Amino acid sequence: MMSDSAAFSGATTPGGFLLVLAVGVPTAGMLLSLALGGRLAVRTALFILPVGLGLAFAIVIGVWRSGGPLVYFLGGWAPPLGLALRADGLSAAMLLTTAIVVCATGLYARAAFPMPPGVSEARAPLVFWVLLMAVWAALNLVFLGDDLFNLYVALELLTFAAVPLVCLDGRAETLAAALRYLLFALLGSVLYLLGTALLYGGYGTLDIFLLFGRIRPELVAFIAVGLMTTGLLAKTALFPLHLWLPPAHAGAPPAASAMLSGLVVKGSFFLVVRLWFDVMPWLLNQAASQILSTLGAGAILVGSVLALRQARLKLLIAYSTIAQIGYLFLMFPLASGSTSAQFGSNAALTGGFLQAISHAFAKAAMFMSAGLMAEALGHDRIAELRGVGQMLPVTVFAFGAAALSLIGLPPSGGFVAKWLLLTAVITAGQWWWALVMLVGGLLAGGYMFRVLARAMANAAEPLIPRMSVPRSRELVALALALCSMLLGLIPLRAFDLLRIGRQHASQAIAKSPCPISAAPNAAFVPLHLAGSR
Amino acid sequence: MTIASALYIGLAVLVLALASWTIFAQDDYAAIVGFVTYGLLLSLVWVSLSSHDIALTEAAIGGGVTGVLLLGAGARLRGAREPTGLERPGIARRVSAAALCTLISVGLALTVLILPEPAPTLAPSATANLAATQMGNPVSAVLLAYRALDTLLESAVLPLALIGVWSLASDRFWGGRPGLQYRADREGVLAFLAQLLSPFGVLMGIYMVWIGADHPGGKFQGGTILAAMWILTRMAGITDTPPISRRWLRIVLITGPAVFLAIGLAGFAIPGTFLAYPAGFAKPIILIIEAAMTPSIAATLALLLAGPPERKPNG
Amino acid sequence: MSAATLFGVCSAALVGLGLYGLIIHPQPLRKILAFNLLGSGVFLLFGVIARRGAASGLGGDPVPQALVITGIVVAFSATALAVALLLRLFHETGRTTLNADAPKNSSDNPPRKSPDS
Repeated sequence: MMSDSAAFSGATTPGGFLLVLAVGVPTAGMLLSLALGGRLAVRTALFILPVGLGLAFAIVIGVWRSGGPLVYFLGGWAPPLGLALRADGLSAAMLLTTAIVVCATGLYARAAFPMPPGVSEARAPLVFWVLLMAVWAALNLVFLGDDLFNLYVALELLTFAAVPLVCLDGRAETLAAALRYLLFALLGSVLYLLGTALLYGGYGTLDIFLLFGRIRPELVAFIAVGLMTTGLLAKTALFPLHLWLPPAHAGAPPAASAMLSGLVVKGSFFLVVRLWFDVMPWLLNQAASQILSTLGAGAILVGSVLALRQARLKLLIAYSTIAQIGYLFLMFPLASGSTSAQFGSNAALTGGFLQAISHAFAKAAMFMSAGLMAEALGHDRIAELRGVGQMLPVTVFAFGAAALSLIGLPPSGGFVAKWLLLTAVITAGQWWWALVMLVGGLLAGGYMFRVLARAMANAAEPLIPRMSVPRSRELVALALALCSMLLGLIPLRAFDLLRIGRQHASQAIAKSPCPISAAPNAAFVPLHLAGSR
Repeated sequence: MTIASALYIGLAVLVLALASWTIFAQDDYAAIVGFVTYGLLLSLVWVSLSSHDIALTEAAIGGGVTGVLLLGAGARLRGAREPTGLERPGIARRVSAAALCTLISVGLALTVLILPEPAPTLAPSATANLAATQMGNPVSAVLLAYRALDTLLESAVLPLALIGVWSLASDRFWGGRPGLQYRADREGVLAFLAQLLSPFGVLMGIYMVWIGADHPGGKFQGGTILAAMWILTRMAGITDTPPISRRWLRIVLITGPAVFLAIGLAGFAIPGTFLAYPAGFAKPIILIIEAAMTPSIAATLALLLAGPPERKPNG
Repeated sequence: MSAATLFGVCSAALVGLGLYGLIIHPQPLRKILAFNLLGSGVFLLFGVIARRGAASGLGGDPVPQALVITGIVVAFSATALAVALLLRLFHETGRTTLNADAPKNSSDNPPRKSPDS
């Protein structure tokens, strides 16, 4: 494709400046909020929300229109000496998802974290709004970065922004959960950095596309990708490295949990995809990808079973996150295959990302609804949810819609995602994953039904809410849930967006495992023309 | 065997011995002291690898500030209850962990030994483009020109970590002064040292920032020395941390990244690319960035050490 | 044996030691120490790679050196955050273990403000 090779020939594409703004605007917002403090901090953040959303839309439209990725060389220096930002279809989709969820969270949190009257500044609100901007900036950089070390800094930015959100209420439990989260995340980052060192030592560059051209299936590459993947799996909380997630996501304030479960874990997942699909696509054909999906299957089963046993709503939702993350990793062995199975491999990638996107919307909606219910009831014990449906019908409806998407019922995005994954399973002939998905769906139905049945049951006498729940907050949760539900109604052709910028990778997957030999060692080498194989 | 290689082997043995001490020492405080010594010895290792900028950074931040941070934490945690027998890992867990780690170490060592010869390197292209950046120190050129986004983000990571640390304060102390107040004998040695050393330290820090353009040094190393001088005077009771609600403090903290970001965005206008410097003006602009970032780095490092606010705003 | 090879093997040993300490020690402070050790091992590996890339009059490849400087600063920030969390946890509970109380099943609406110390 014309514009794909333009990206490879080493130039900034028109519209690339949007990528810089996508990272720069939330960063500027974070710094301004910190400096201005008080009510101005809240207003700055609320001002940045629509700007960032507009940028995300502009990038999606830019990628869609040009049919190729948007690229930007920073400072005019080309990789391998310099750094690049790159938005392909996957990046654009995740950018838009992030922007929508962050904006929704901001609107939801206006009532949860206002500056209290009478003081110029309070701790929790200032910290929340500054960290909201920081999480957004970090996530955008994760989706746009093209250099492995730049992505390391982005991961650290994300961790430092996410961890204090967990213990924002200051209780001992959340402090312990935050510390455990931080230690896991730091272990993940350092393993990732170790792999990066090996890759630089072996190939002399950290740019993803240059690496793709130079890397070969040898020991250095295998050890590096093993270390980096392990580190990223620790940050994504894939079974068996999931222990930190339930207390952290359940202990955070609901607005923060929405972001943590919906978006933050998807950041490190995105980097696993970048590594496996963009840097070394031939790895997908190896047995190693079966390891990833086996762990994913384990996550689905363990997460769902543990979710069934929870007594508290927020913990149930957190364990459900662990299960849903497992689905994301099922796509790895299904994306391999011969040229004839290219439909299958595309279906796997599309299905996996659709799962990520619809889960982001649904989980955020779920945490928001659970937060509203907890505020109104004063507790989040599932056994005592009777009557909530009468008290907060919109909220429970939002929760229900989100639940349907997570279970995978039509017409939700979750359904389309699972259907695409099943198609890929059939094409690849690995039927056992279908069994796992079926069991996972049943278990998800089980624990969601448990909650909904209680919530929609009538109480003996109507409950009086402890705090009044403004309709606007309920509507935000509902809007997100509907996004997830209606994602399946988008025509399938629109998901071609996810395939933009993937030419080189799908060709490499289809052909033999060993790419052609390395590019020469000088800088300013035009990016390797991967199309010519 | 030459003297140099004997020295290197001795250094490596010492470093590994100290690392083992850090891991296996029974007492927490002893382990921390071992770690500080390890950090300082590691600077010598960096010198023997001809990485002088890193040696300075390791001595300043890796061994120095991190050491102070951990020593302070170790002192405050001395009253902590020892982990009970149930919490101590059993022998099976230790053996399997040791096996895993040995495997990883051996695998890594093998990988290092089979890395390609001649090693792929970006040194030629870095030196080739050095003239365009008008700098003499290639590491500074990488940090501020070629990979400037990394440095910009890193300058944003520092205040972010600080906000995270501040978020751990109690609500009633928000807006107050970080850390406890040190009381030292005004006639004592510590106060004398602080009064004598800090002017020289400030001078040295500024010099190190200035010299970093052409020789080993730079804003991180210089900024750390400035932070260290502030910490010293604080420990001597001469100065105190400002309340975190002060507007001027917030502005100092964000000046570095804000100026860097602004210059980067201005790059859209004049040279046409984000974070590009107009030809011929590279060095002055880089010096402006460094000058703006140094107080931010110094303030942030010192405040990260001080911790969350622990005193009421008027206390 | 050149300095680069020697310290390369040394860095592998440091990584192993740091990882062992991170896994084995129950106390978070020791874990933080081990994490710093592990990090310095990784940085040393970068430094060895830089040294191996010495060319065109330079003592080492400047790009990995710059990465290490960035990494050291980021590692310090991480340590500062972790230590602050640990001290706060100790302040609240008097303990420093992470496995203390799992979130009980009877939590009521958590207080918005942190409890008075």
